[in-house]
Amino acid sequence: MKNAHEEGGSASPATGADARFTTISGRPIAPVYRPQDVAGLDYARDLGDPGRFPYTRGIHQTMYRGKVWTMRQFAGYGTAAQTNARFKYLLEHGGGGLSVAFDLPTLMGRDPDHPLSLGEVGKCGVSVSSLQDMETLFHGIPLDRVTTSMTINSPAPMLLAFYILVGEKEGLGPEDLAGTVQADILKEFIAQKEYIYPPRPSMRLVVDMIRYCTERMPKWNTISISGYHIREAGATAAQELAFTLRDGIEYVQWCVDAGLDVDSFAPRLSFFFNSHSDFFEEIAKFRAARRIWARTMRDRFGAKSPRSWMLRFHTQTAGVSLTAQQPYNNVVRTTLQALAGVLGGTQSLHTNSLDEALALPTEEAVTIALRTQQIIAHESGVANAADPLGGSWLVEKLTNEIEAEAVEYFRKIDAMGGMVSAVERGFPQREIQESAVRFQQAVERKEKVVVGVNEYVMEEKPHPILYIDGTVAEEQVARVRALRASRDRARVAQALEDLKATARGTGNIMAPILDASRAYATIGEMCDALRGVFGEYQEQPVF
Amino acid sequence: MAEATHRRVRVVIAKPGLDGHDRGAKVVARALRDAGMEVIYTGLRQSPEQIVAAATQEDADVIGLSILSGAHLPICRRVMELLQERGMRSVRVLVGGIIPRQDIPELERLGVAGVFLPGASTADVVRTIREGAGPRF
Repeated sequence: MKNAHEEGGSASPATGADARFTTISGRPIAPVYRPQDVAGLDYARDLGDPGRFPYTRGIHQTMYRGKVWTMRQFAGYGTAAQTNARFKYLLEHGGGGLSVAFDLPTLMGRDPDHPLSLGEVGKCGVSVSSLQDMETLFHGIPLDRVTTSMTINSPAPMLLAFYILVGEKEGLGPEDLAGTVQADILKEFIAQKEYIYPPRPSMRLVVDMIRYCTERMPKWNTISISGYHIREAGATAAQELAFTLRDGIEYVQWCVDAGLDVDSFAPRLSFFFNSHSDFFEEIAKFRAARRIWARTMRDRFGAKSPRSWMLRFHTQTAGVSLTAQQPYNNVVRTTLQALAGVLGGTQSLHTNSLDEALALPTEEAVTIALRTQQIIAHESGVANAADPLGGSWLVEKLTNEIEAEAVEYFRKIDAMGGMVSAVERGFPQREIQESAVRFQQAVERKEKVVVGVNEYVMEEKPHPILYIDGTVAEEQVARVRALRASRDRARVAQALEDLKATARGTGNIMAPILDASRAYATIGEMCDALRGVFGEYQEQPVF
Repeated sequence: MAEATHRRVRVVIAKPGLDGHDRGAKVVARALRDAGMEVIYTGLRQSPEQIVAAATQEDADVIGLSILSGAHLPICRRVMELLQERGMRSVRVLVGGIIPRQDIPELERLGVAGVFLPGASTADVVRTIREGAGPRF
């Protein structure tokens, strides 16, 4: 019999398997799957009907027949006024919810006039440095009729406070507001690196926010536990799943340790996954995620409420898979990835735009991305039945394998004393780095084909892109300086002192942040106050 | 063969600005090290001043900047100014990341020796460094 080498394949150094027949994560795939591959599978125990424990097949009985997923396109650039216009455009064209992208100074808790903000203001997202900018950002948008997701982590308590205060000006209470702040600090240490304070005080801020929302904001998703960035940093599908769910376990454990009843807050936790290019592996990952979480919440934490057992998630197609070469090919990649998210039972979805390997997307590109979801929802027919791939021997086998791999990572991380300790010793960071290097090597050896990059390359004309000029920075710097000059200085100073005092003690951080925000303290000022108390984190990079 | 008798190429890989997306910087750092170069990775959020100071201290031949946030023009302008001020003209600066093609002429005018766009292979980076290597390597 000829082996794979003689047929021109090459063996994967990791698994010894023919690299042509492995997933993008390096998982070997058999030529065909049969009933005996999933012989131990018990329908009631391991799958269950949609809407039934362990929710492998979906969290709702009717899935998308009841309501299709929320088409939630992440957007933000330039000034608050520019992004406000983009939001209104998306809402008018059938987007169901808002999702705010902030610029790097905002994400890192720096005002636009800080030296490290050089060149970054309004570039990767919208610049919001105070309640004043937030008022502009949501001007004319009724906050009781939209849901808003804010991708913000270290300064999440400040942005949440701004949102609550904008609602207050519209005559709404915190209880009327629906949406999410990402506030997942662990994945910042692991992957995206937008941390400010060290891990332990950062965790305290998260717990304070969860407590505040649990008591005051029943419609708010307190935290969006994110695998997206872990995957983008180079993790495999199973690593994305394992580290994300283990982060979730860490948050639950810290909240329980802080005295919160698990069923009081767990129903408002949500997740955020990447949908990458390997179609069946991704679908299996989403299914495994629900099964693992349901069992973990019931058996590890003793949660009694079915709503605590259900893993709800947002999906974004894989930014890292987009190519700068032949950008229209990205529409096809995104379609396949979006389809995997839908077949995996996502609650909401962001589809990337075709030009995002080049720049922030143009309006035309954003529209095609939204239309991609609408075509899947309304034309393809895939939304008619729940979990259409349930019972596929391949998909069930992959679901089992990915679950087993994740559970093995849980065991290792538990043995290290939990995820905070694992992060402090750089364990997930190193695992991800190794996977990133392996994938890059596979692409350079052409074991993994990337169309238009290492195969099927051609000459092409430059693609038109959205270009953000430097005037945004000047405008924002002038605006924040004018704001500082016009405020009640004594009130701001007192509010910042109160914030430091609370940070040094054990009180909930939300109250002094709301007070300081009301006095128009800036993000930079509030984060500096906390830097003074908590210190700043410096990682030991590994490569 | 040259490795034993000549000094190895010294490369400072840096992430300037506020962005934390370091996958590319670290994969390139690893590839250069695997290719036999001496690689110093500065870690995240380095100001142009810190990067040039690191290059001075490490006696670097090459500075590799990874920038994905759109801040490449002001950052590169500042790095090149500092290198000129300190008379470090022999240090070659390479930039990788999300760089619009229309900005490449300006980067070249500033004195950047190579720009690597998404999809570039680490082999290209290694080759560029080796081909540009003068007698001091």
